[in-house]
Amino acid sequence: MGVNPLHKLTRIMQSIQLEFIDYAILVIYVVFVIGIGFALKRYMKTSSDFLTSGRSIPVWVTGLAFMSANLGALELVGMTASGAKYGIATCHFYWVGAIPAMIFLAIFMMPFYYGSKARSVPEYLKMRFDERTRALNSISFAVMTLFSSGISMNALAKLLHQLLGWEYNVSLWICSAVVLLYVLKGGLTSAIYTEVLQFFMIVLGFAPVVYLGLKDVGGWDALKMQLTQVAQNPTAIGLADGKFGSDAWTSAWKPLLGGSQSNPMGVDLFAMVFGLGFVLSFGYWCTNFLVVQRAMAAKNMASARRTPLIASVPKMILPILVILPGMIAAGLAISQKDGYRLPPKIVAEKAYDKAIVCLKDAPNQDEQKSFKAISEAIGMKLDAKKVAALVKDAPTLDEKKVKDRLQDAVVENDYDGVILSLVKKYCPPGLLGLALTGLLASFMSGMAGNVTAFNTVWTYDLYQAYIAPNRSDDHYMWMGRAVTVVGILLSIVCAYLVSLWANAMDIIQLVFGFVNAPLFATFLLGMFWKRTTSHGAFYGLLGGTMASAFFHSIAHASGNALGAKGGYLWTLMGKTVNDIPQYLQFSSDMAVNFWLAAFAFTVCFVLTGGISLATARTKSDAELKGLVYSLTPKLKDTEQNFLLRPAVLGVILLGICVLLNVIFW
Amino acid sequence: MSFDLRIPIGLMFGLYGILLTAYGLFGNAEYNKKSLGINIDMTWGLFLLIFGALMLFFAWNGAKKQAEEDKSKSNKK
Repeated sequence: MGVNPLHKLTRIMQSIQLEFIDYAILVIYVVFVIGIGFALKRYMKTSSDFLTSGRSIPVWVTGLAFMSANLGALELVGMTASGAKYGIATCHFYWVGAIPAMIFLAIFMMPFYYGSKARSVPEYLKMRFDERTRALNSISFAVMTLFSSGISMNALAKLLHQLLGWEYNVSLWICSAVVLLYVLKGGLTSAIYTEVLQFFMIVLGFAPVVYLGLKDVGGWDALKMQLTQVAQNPTAIGLADGKFGSDAWTSAWKPLLGGSQSNPMGVDLFAMVFGLGFVLSFGYWCTNFLVVQRAMAAKNMASARRTPLIASVPKMILPILVILPGMIAAGLAISQKDGYRLPPKIVAEKAYDKAIVCLKDAPNQDEQKSFKAISEAIGMKLDAKKVAALVKDAPTLDEKKVKDRLQDAVVENDYDGVILSLVKKYCPPGLLGLALTGLLASFMSGMAGNVTAFNTVWTYDLYQAYIAPNRSDDHYMWMGRAVTVVGILLSIVCAYLVSLWANAMDIIQLVFGFVNAPLFATFLLGMFWKRTTSHGAFYGLLGGTMASAFFHSIAHASGNALGAKGGYLWTLMGKTVNDIPQYLQFSSDMAVNFWLAAFAFTVCFVLTGGISLATARTKSDAELKGLVYSLTPKLKDTEQNFLLRPAVLGVILLGICVLLNVIFW
Repeated sequence: MSFDLRIPIGLMFGLYGILLTAYGLFGNAEYNKKSLGINIDMTWGLFLLIFGALMLFFAWNGAKKQAEEDKSKSNKK
C-alpha cells in the first residue's frame, strides 16, 4: 500500500561492500528465474496458457503467489518504516487490512470470479453489468499497473546504481530485459512461479537478520521495555512530536481507543475499522486483478477458493519479518546500542554548498542566528549542539569531514532506509547477498506481476473487446506476447517519468487512491443484489471516484500546507487553514486516506443503489445466473473433508486472526 | 502441468546452502563480529541446505505418487 519513494534509501547503500559470494548469489537467482521461464515455454500453446495459465497451477503455488504478488519491495521497505514509526499497530495492515478480506474473497466472491469463467476482473464486470463499467475499470487498471511497474523499476534501477555501481539506464534496461525474457517465455505461469521463489527468497533472506536484531536488543521483553521509553519520548529518536501512553508502540488496539491524538498513526477507531479494515482492504484484496488473477489461475474451483485461505497463513505471520525489524530499529535507537541511530535523511549536494557558506560566516554571528541559517541551508531539522561544535571545529576540517559532520547533525529520519540499516549492521558477506537478492527479487517479480496483469487486461478486455474481436486464438496469443513487450517498454517510460519528475509519484498514488476507494461498493452490490443495474454501477462508480477527488480537495491533515496533499479547494476560495471546519481536520495523512475511502465507498454505494432502483433492470435473472449470489446454486462442499471446506477453514483462520489481535491487544 | 516448482526451489536453496556453509567454514572469521559472534553464514547455510533437500525430497515423493496414480488409472482402463 501507499509508500514513499525509494530514491533516498539508495544512498545509504553506498557504504555496503559486496564480495564475490554476494554477486554469485544474485547471479544464481537470475539464472534460475530465466531457467524457469525457458522450462515453461513448451507448455505455452494457446493464448489462455500464456495469459491465464490455462487454469492449471497447484494450489500451494497460487496461494503463495497470491500473497507475494502484494509483498513487493515497496511493501517490505514501507512496512519496516511504519514498524519504527508506529510500532505494533502497523500489524493492522495485515490483521485488519488483509485477512478478513482474503477470507471473504475465498468464501463468497471466488465462486463468481472462477465459476463465471471470466478471464479477468473487468470481464466479470462486463458479464454482470455492461461494456461501460468494464471499459472504465480495465482502462484505469491498465494505466495503474503500468505506473506501478514503472515506479518499481525506477526504484530498482536507482538501488542497483548505488549497489553495484551500474549506470541507471543500463540497469533499468537489463532488469527489464530479464523480466521480459521470462515473462515472454512462460507468461503468467512464470510470473507466478517466480513470485513463489521470491517469497522464499525474502523469508529466508531476512529471517536471520530479524533473529540477530532481536537477540541484540535482548529479546522480546527487553524490546517492549525499550519501546515503552520510545512511546514516552518519541522525539528523542526523531519520531513523531508529542507524548503518547507508554503502550503506544507495544499495543495494537489500546492506543486507538483513545482517539486520533493518542496514537502515533493519528487514526481513530472508526477510520481504522471501516476505512482500512473494510473499504480499502476489501477493495484491494477482493477486486484488484493483480492478486485475484493468482487465484483464478488455480486448477479447479476448490483450489481457487483455497488460494486466498492458504495465502492468509503466511500473511498473518509476516509482521514478524517486515514490522518487527522496524520496532527493533526503534529499540536499538532509543538505547543507542553500539551508537545505532535510525538512518538520517540524506543531505543533497547543493544544500552542502549553501551550508558551508553559512558555516564560514558563522563565527562572526551570534549562535542562534547562524544555527537558523545553517538549518535553512540544509533544509532539515538539525541538532543544535552538534552544529555549535561544528562551527568551532570547521576551520580545521577539510571539506569531506565538514560534510560528514553536517550529515551527522541531521535529526530527521529516513524511515525507508531502516531495513537496509539493519541488513548492513548484522549481515556478513554471504548473508548480505541473500538479503539483497531477496530485495531485488521482490522488485523484479513486482514488475512481472504488473506486466502479466496488464497483458491479460489489454488482450482480452480492450483489444479483443473493442479493437479486434473474432480473431483466431493464435492472433491473441501473438498479441499477448507483443503487448508484453509494449507493456515493459511503457513501464520503462513511466520509470523515467517518475525519476525525472518527483511529484509524478505522489500524484499517481493519489489518483490510485481515487480510483480504488469506491470500487468495492460496485462489486458488493453487483454480486449480492440482483436488482443492481448497469446504469447504477457505471454512474455510481464514476460518482464515487469524483467524490474521493472532492473529499481530497477539502480535507486537511495537520502539519501539511494546503495544496497537492489535500485541501486545495480552500486556497482556491481564498481561505486559510484556520477557516477549515473541525470535522475536515485530520491528525495525519493516513487518517485522511482512511476517511476518504470511507466517504467514497458510501457515495458509490448510495448512488449505485439509488440509480439501480430508479432504472429498469438491464439483465434478466437467467442472464445473471452464476454472477449474483441469490441466483447461483450454492456450492455444496460435502464431498470434501470437513476441515478443508472453505467456510470451515475460513472460520478457523479468522479465529486465529482474532486471537492474534487479542494477544497483542 | 508436469513442471514441479519444488525442484528449482530445492536446487536453488540447496546451492545457496552449500555456498554459505562453505563460506562460513573457510571465510574470514572477522566477519562474525557483525553477526554477534555467531557464524551465521554456516548455521544458516546448513539450514538452507536442509530446506533445499526437503523440497527435493517432496518433489521426488510427489512424482512417485503421481506415477502410481497414473499406473492405477491406466490399469482401470
